[in-house]
Amino acid sequence: MVRIAQALLKRLGGMAIVLALVVTVVFVIVRVTPGDPAAVMLGSDATPEDIAQLRTKMGLDAPLIAQYGQFVLGILKGDLGQSIFLDQPVTTALAARAEPTFFLTLFSILIAVAIALPVGIFSAVKRGTLFDQVVVTLTMVAASVPSFWLGLILIQVFAVGQGWFPASGYGGPDTSFLERLHHLVLPAVALGIVNSALITRFTRAAMLDVLGDDYVRTARAKGASERRVILKHALKNALIPIITVIGLSIAMLVAGAVVTETVFGLPGVGNLVVSAVLRRDYPVIQGALLVVAAIYVLINFIVDMLYILVDPRVRL
Amino acid sequence: MTDTVLSVENLTTSFKTADGWRAVIRNINLTVDAGETVAIVGESGSGKSVTALSTMRLLPPGRARCEGRILLEGRDLLQASEAEMRAVRGGVIGMIFQEPMTSLNPVFTIGNQIAEALVLHRDLSWKAAEAEALRLMERVRIPAAKSRLHEYPHKFSGGMRQRVMIAMALACRPKLLIADEPTTALDVTVQAEILHLLRELQREENMGVLFITHDMGVVAEVADRTVVMFRGDMIETGPTQEIFAAPKAIYTKALLASIPRLGTMGDAAAPRRFPDVDPATGFATDGRVTQPVSADAKPILTVDKLSVRFALPQGQIHAVEDVSFDLRPGETLSLVGESGCGKSTTGRAIMRLVDPSAGSVVIDGQDVTKAGSGVLRAMRRTSQMIFQDPFASLNPRITIGSAIAEPMLAHGLLGRREAKERVAELLEQVGLSGTMAGRHPHEFSGGQRQRISIARALALQPKFIVADEAVSALDVTVKAQVSNLLLDLQEKHRLAYLFISHDMAVVERVSHRVAVMFLGEIVEIGPRAAIFDNPQHAYTRRLIAAVPMPDPTRRGHQPPPLNEEIKSPLRPHGYVPPKRAYREVSPGHFVQEAA
Repeated sequence: MVRIAQALLKRLGGMAIVLALVVTVVFVIVRVTPGDPAAVMLGSDATPEDIAQLRTKMGLDAPLIAQYGQFVLGILKGDLGQSIFLDQPVTTALAARAEPTFFLTLFSILIAVAIALPVGIFSAVKRGTLFDQVVVTLTMVAASVPSFWLGLILIQVFAVGQGWFPASGYGGPDTSFLERLHHLVLPAVALGIVNSALITRFTRAAMLDVLGDDYVRTARAKGASERRVILKHALKNALIPIITVIGLSIAMLVAGAVVTETVFGLPGVGNLVVSAVLRRDYPVIQGALLVVAAIYVLINFIVDMLYILVDPRVRL
Repeated sequence: MTDTVLSVENLTTSFKTADGWRAVIRNINLTVDAGETVAIVGESGSGKSVTALSTMRLLPPGRARCEGRILLEGRDLLQASEAEMRAVRGGVIGMIFQEPMTSLNPVFTIGNQIAEALVLHRDLSWKAAEAEALRLMERVRIPAAKSRLHEYPHKFSGGMRQRVMIAMALACRPKLLIADEPTTALDVTVQAEILHLLRELQREENMGVLFITHDMGVVAEVADRTVVMFRGDMIETGPTQEIFAAPKAIYTKALLASIPRLGTMGDAAAPRRFPDVDPATGFATDGRVTQPVSADAKPILTVDKLSVRFALPQGQIHAVEDVSFDLRPGETLSLVGESGCGKSTTGRAIMRLVDPSAGSVVIDGQDVTKAGSGVLRAMRRTSQMIFQDPFASLNPRITIGSAIAEPMLAHGLLGRREAKERVAELLEQVGLSGTMAGRHPHEFSGGQRQRISIARALALQPKFIVADEAVSALDVTVKAQVSNLLLDLQEKHRLAYLFISHDMAVVERVSHRVAVMFLGEIVEIGPRAAIFDNPQHAYTRRLIAAVPMPDPTRRGHQPPPLNEEIKSPLRPHGYVPPKRAYREVSPGHFVQEAA
């Protein structure tokens, strides 16, 4: 138990360092962008007075080190600054858009895993059969399909054609939670299918690896059923690469929200970032960058912790 | 009348290949009675493991096919359903495997894995099964079993893991135990413990044991009857005593003649070649004694107070501690000891493949301990290394000709054309043909690959070679041939060998001098005859006594082995090793004084 606590503390420490680096990098990127952010934001019509006013408002006329201190202090207090166009704090803007992004990511990954684990395992067990060959081919195709394209096809068939699902959007502000989730079905399926391809291939490869191991033979020699051999003895050993790729997929989903939410017209964080970029709303871009980076780091941390749960040798 | 547990009749097993079904074992007939041990002995590829796996029906169903009958207490297993087979596996037949390090599932606790067999076959609850697992762990004499029940396999040594495997295999009191090379991967002293344990448990349970091994010493030690297999065929079968006393088949004669046996050296002052066996008749002519080393020759290698330590969070591994010796041209010094004793690390430190923590290594008058890359490069011309695994140490994508030529080209000694000629010459020297240079490693057998590794080591005309378990992975007959090759090359080129090995019988044969290592230290060093005929240190004695003798008439002459975890060279930070004193027993024979 002490070992686990130590490992946990060590990883937490590492996480803090990475986050500090991210904060610094984000700060520097915004400062080294060519031109004066204030001038860029206000456009070519702005008078020097307007620019100077905005610079003061953004704190850009203070010394760099003071700005950095202010920035870090703000983050520690949970303050990511004020959006220039939305007239609300960045944190509020992000929070308001978090729901669709969160549920879309969650459902996509659940769909992906629900497809990938059984298919990958079965494909490995039935290696070389027609089923396996079909899986290998299909996952190759699915991995190369852009999710937005698949999304458009799904919209065409199930929204426009059959009318089972809404084609776009997330409903109005007063729609019920279930109604909002209904809007997420098509995008989640599109993302889930595309993401399942990679996870299936990893699952298959990892299972093939362990199915040849000596302890699998030992389990069979013990009289364990094939089902038990595969689902208990082999699968737990294959989980490490599988967990890794699931973690990566989640991270990619979060980062990929920018594209997906645009295609499906979802008012999520990705959508917020796109409009912020178009309007040069630096505080929002900065805040979104930080939040996405923090989620990345958090996912990695969770994956690391799962390794410890799955494989006792990692605890050393 | 004893009960026949297993009766294999006309078993032929075929594997599916690109050109159809190919039989890998043919017409095997054998029986195992209750309480009896039957050994299947043979070299790699003889089909002994396939026989065992066929009996358990553990071969992949689509790709392997068994014909004949396998009767377990009268019931034909080849006709049994898969569900019936599951009841047999682990229930009526227990099985243990060669690789204790990989045969246990790394992500489940020991207790869980033993208990699983009980849950599967005896309908126990997990709780009751774990209690029974604890009892079984005590029965196979795992120290502090209770505290180790919930530990994972990586915390156990090889010998302890094999005990766990035995506990698991015997959990449901099987009628038959199939042991597939159960001690091959273990140190000799641990092997002696495991064999002793198996014998005891067999007596208590009156079980039949089918014991698969390549080691004639182990056969002589354990088997009532023996089946000799060669390339898929049963060559000879009979009571073990008779097979050893009067082998009928030519192959059996050749096999018995090739075995390294302890105590066959007499008072020879130098290594003796293994007998040359005529494969047509199985007739052996005993090997010639090679040249002794002149005592006043200047050493080619001097190792002085060498230490290698590896830092870990929880302490320091004292892998090599205060080791000193020298090696003269034309001499073989063997480093012996069990896994983890530091013998390989010593070899690697001399070659600077790991950096020594203290002490000095002088090769041909040059201190290489702190040498820079230039000196090291030159050093690698005088000293070369041969590794244990002939399969892993050759790059599979490079022809063997290029592999052998590479060191010569890398050192800029020869042009491409001369290198090619030299490669052909080297291949002839190691008993292969110069025309084989264009082939890739996978086209060669294990023994041939080891010859290729030797040719590569010889390419730079080194003065000494570190041979790290160079013949350990080879089959008996091949082992004798490759050892003879090393001896011939030594005579021809006055090569010095640092021969690192755990195989005492081979060591006795090929060494001028022997150093025994234990927990990183040399506990005894001296001329070959002094070490083997007059061992002084308790550990040396134990090591020699543990070697199984290929002589069934001497069975049971071994002292009962100790059952203990191997001590670890892991010490706390800041540990200062005690100063050791050595006593000279006879000229050149030193033994470490007890602390």
